[in-house]
Amino acid sequence: MFKKILVANRGEIAVRILRACREMGIASVAVYSEADRRALHTRLADEAVFIGTAPADQSYLSIERILQAARQTGAEAVHPGYGFLSENAGFARAVKQAGLVFIGPPAEAIEAMGDKGAARQRMQSSGVPVVPGYQGPDDDATLVRKAAQIGFPLLVKAAAGGGGKGMRVVNEAGELEEAIAGARREAHHAFGDQRMILERYIPRARHIEMQVLADAHGNVLHLFERECSVQRRHQKIIEESPSPFIDEELRRRIAGSALLAARAVGYQNAGTVEFIVDPECREYYFLEMNTRLQVEHPVTELVAGLDLVQWQIRIAAGERLPFTQAELSQRGHAIECRLYAEDPANNFLPATGPLLRFVEPQGPGVRVDAGYTSGDAVTIHYDPLIAKVIAWSGDRPGAIAKMLAALRETVLLGLTHNGQFLQDVLGDPDFQAGQVWTTWVEDKFGDWQPPQCELPPEVLAAGALLRLQGQADASNAEPSGADPYSPWRNASSFRVGKGGV
Amino acid sequence: MPAIRSSVDSRSPDFQANAARLQLAVDDLRSEMAKVALGGGEKARAKHTERGKLLPRERIRALLDPGSPFLELSPLAAHGLYDDAAPCAGVITGIGRVHGTEVLVIANDATVKGGTYFPMTVKKHLRAQEVALENRLPCLYLVDSGGAFLPLQDEVFPDKEHFGRIFYNQARMSALGIPQIAVVMGSCTAGGAYVPAMSDETIIVKEQGTIFLGGPPLVKAATGEVVDAETLGGADVHTSISGVADHFAENDAHALDIARSIVASLNRKKSVALALQEPREPLYPATELYGCVPADTRKPFDIREVIARIVDGSELQEFKARYGKTLVTGFAHIHGYPVGIVANNGILFAESALKGAHFIELCNQRNVPLVFLQNITGFMVGKKYEQAGIAKDGAKMVTAVACSHVPKFTVVIGGSFGAGNYAMCGRGYQPRFLWMWPNARISAMGGEQAANVLLTIKQDQFGREGKPLLTPAEAEEFKRPTLEEYERSGNPYFSTARLWDDGVIDPKETRQVLALALSVVLKSPRVQGGFGVFRM
Repeated sequence: MFKKILVANRGEIAVRILRACREMGIASVAVYSEADRRALHTRLADEAVFIGTAPADQSYLSIERILQAARQTGAEAVHPGYGFLSENAGFARAVKQAGLVFIGPPAEAIEAMGDKGAARQRMQSSGVPVVPGYQGPDDDATLVRKAAQIGFPLLVKAAAGGGGKGMRVVNEAGELEEAIAGARREAHHAFGDQRMILERYIPRARHIEMQVLADAHGNVLHLFERECSVQRRHQKIIEESPSPFIDEELRRRIAGSALLAARAVGYQNAGTVEFIVDPECREYYFLEMNTRLQVEHPVTELVAGLDLVQWQIRIAAGERLPFTQAELSQRGHAIECRLYAEDPANNFLPATGPLLRFVEPQGPGVRVDAGYTSGDAVTIHYDPLIAKVIAWSGDRPGAIAKMLAALRETVLLGLTHNGQFLQDVLGDPDFQAGQVWTTWVEDKFGDWQPPQCELPPEVLAAGALLRLQGQADASNAEPSGADPYSPWRNASSFRVGKGGV
Repeated sequence: MPAIRSSVDSRSPDFQANAARLQLAVDDLRSEMAKVALGGGEKARAKHTERGKLLPRERIRALLDPGSPFLELSPLAAHGLYDDAAPCAGVITGIGRVHGTEVLVIANDATVKGGTYFPMTVKKHLRAQEVALENRLPCLYLVDSGGAFLPLQDEVFPDKEHFGRIFYNQARMSALGIPQIAVVMGSCTAGGAYVPAMSDETIIVKEQGTIFLGGPPLVKAATGEVVDAETLGGADVHTSISGVADHFAENDAHALDIARSIVASLNRKKSVALALQEPREPLYPATELYGCVPADTRKPFDIREVIARIVDGSELQEFKARYGKTLVTGFAHIHGYPVGIVANNGILFAESALKGAHFIELCNQRNVPLVFLQNITGFMVGKKYEQAGIAKDGAKMVTAVACSHVPKFTVVIGGSFGAGNYAMCGRGYQPRFLWMWPNARISAMGGEQAANVLLTIKQDQFGREGKPLLTPAEAEEFKRPTLEEYERSGNPYFSTARLWDDGVIDPKETRQVLALALSVVLKSPRVQGGFGVFRM
């Protein structure tokens, strides 16, 4: 087993990995940028190495600086987390070339799944169902011709895309050319690659993904599905396992395809094969494979009773998976909510600001993966994910109730966030009945507004008092040393005889 | 330290009656305080604010750190004097906090006869300066005054403790390194001009503040020169031409902000020679003080019940508990500050006086501030006691109090009669602060005693002259004027109106007031005494 691991990430996922290292008795190294000098992950690690200024390309995306930090601290392996360099085959290769172990799949597997078009072809030839579509020479004229063959509605997608960028839904032929142009622009801006592919668009599609785990000894297992149909701007906000939609038969079929996909690229370590499911015909199609740990991995951990991060480390260290598929089962129901610094009433625009006070929910069956504590700040530099709240219960209604209670208990002061929005989504009858799809949030909550509430006078009074106390405290920051308990420090507004002034 | 165990029954009829009576007195005190806090009345206030000026209490609030305490001194000064024409004696004084530094504030109230100085105004101003001097507090003068109240000029101008002493004090304090800062927010005419002129640093408000030795009318009368006030001594003139003031302020708020910045740059640091503890609240609620003290000052009660509701954790390390039991002495903490408590628990006998003297010596040797809880009808009289020399034992305690060099605080919680007042650190013994509870009474002897003495003398005289003695009914009639006079002049309002104390306080504020004051005296330099502790 490794003696020391470097975590090439920040925020909640870095904290999650550092904790796993600690539990396993492995020394940990964090890297941090200028903006994260006092961040939780920087403080929590056994060692922390400064790697550059706040912009990610100067720090968390700098392969050179991260490898230097690893060399400097004597780390034996590197965990990339998610995002940043996690799906960068060049990074995986550079880590290996530096004589270190990359905790993730082989670079070839990353590469194979990284090009969406190539991956689609490969899956198709391996017998994994893919959405009817087209990829190939992508001049506009060809795309228009091929689109007519596939039929509408359809999806124009960047070949190198992900995260909803460079993607357009086209409802009829007339909208096509403008959509292609727009998607190309966006793709060029986001990935430096404007190649486009076409796909049939499935209305009210459900997003269901399979967690896979593969060791270096040929064992490839799945850890069941997660349903992530509740999305905004093509990004997941609520994930759960098991899916309220699929039955045992469909689960078996999708899982079979997922294992097929993983084997096709010689996958090792933890990965996720994403599918979209047509609710009408109950057919499923391969979407993509995420060759890394997912944000929503905790829901799988809770229902499968496994620590995915620890298994990632064990697999990277060469350990063999000691259990068989038959020994794995789903127990109970888990839901994850992503608490984002964003404004649900304004197109989910990312928000920044200080976390004046952050009180995490607690209780049996409630898990919080957070990268921030009170006093930190969410900045423009990184993803605005503040924390993930995960609730587990014996059944789905129980898990929803627990999650609602947990969100109500959460205190997040100082910035705009989606806590209330998540509660409204969870409380919606459609969600409770499991009747959701990937654009359901836009369809149903497009004009969502936060509930208007008048603050009761006692809250205003308490707030005013707190502010005053803060000022009085600030005013006596200095000469308090000699007279530390001075009654003059109290913002009591004391007056003799309670008279005026 | 052992905690005092209270044996008061807060549901007993006695307790309830005491509490109800003191509550009435406190209610009365509050309503009087609220009245005088309004200054010179609605019309004067309106006129003041129409000119864009802040009222004096608003000025103080803006000057001090937000939400911080203000320990006002003698708010009921001049109460009942001058036909009640000078609420608060026309000047607000007290201790407050600016940028974490305790300062002494003296703010004229221009709504009271233009902020002019009545005799009690002068006395209050000088008393505030004395507090500043003893405790090394920077002085902030918020000046808005027309100078001496001319109809009473003979009572404010010439004597040692009159108007001139203000400037003498400023010079002396400045020499001792106690900053003198003036904010000119209204007129400073004639003698008043010297407050800013004698200050270390002075701020003046545009179109409000003026400083001149003679105003336009006097100039015209004296030299024939016609000049307006602003040209003669306004903010612009004094900050750009004469140099009488240093800082030009746009308005009151701006001026006070500058004053705050000046205090922030004074380069002062508290040093503490006391072993402090983390403050702990008493075990028993302060509100119960109302019920602990009997209405009749002659009725005995255990003073420890009062101590238990003032000191940290109700803990008292009693000294000589078995000796001279009519005086309770012991070490305690108030809001974390160590104190020596000297409290009456009955009339003073020779032993109690010796015990008191011994304990005061201990406090001086150990540099522990003294708190006197005064409720004293006097020393024991009679042949046995005089022959045993009670006068010389009383003198020992009075000497100890007089020569004591640690800060002393006195709270008159009941009677303050006769030589007991001296032994228990009355005003003449220079306590740093002296407060009275609203139920307190102060006079050379109790009203009843005084009336009886006069009656006895009268009866003796009638006896010598062979006249018939007064009947009991006539005797009562004879005593009545004396009793009434003692009730009037022994009343705490009468006392506080004349600055015999630093204010009448709500008993349940006692701990807070003492704590604030204890923090303030930390700045005063420590003095070493010349003798060891004499065993009495």
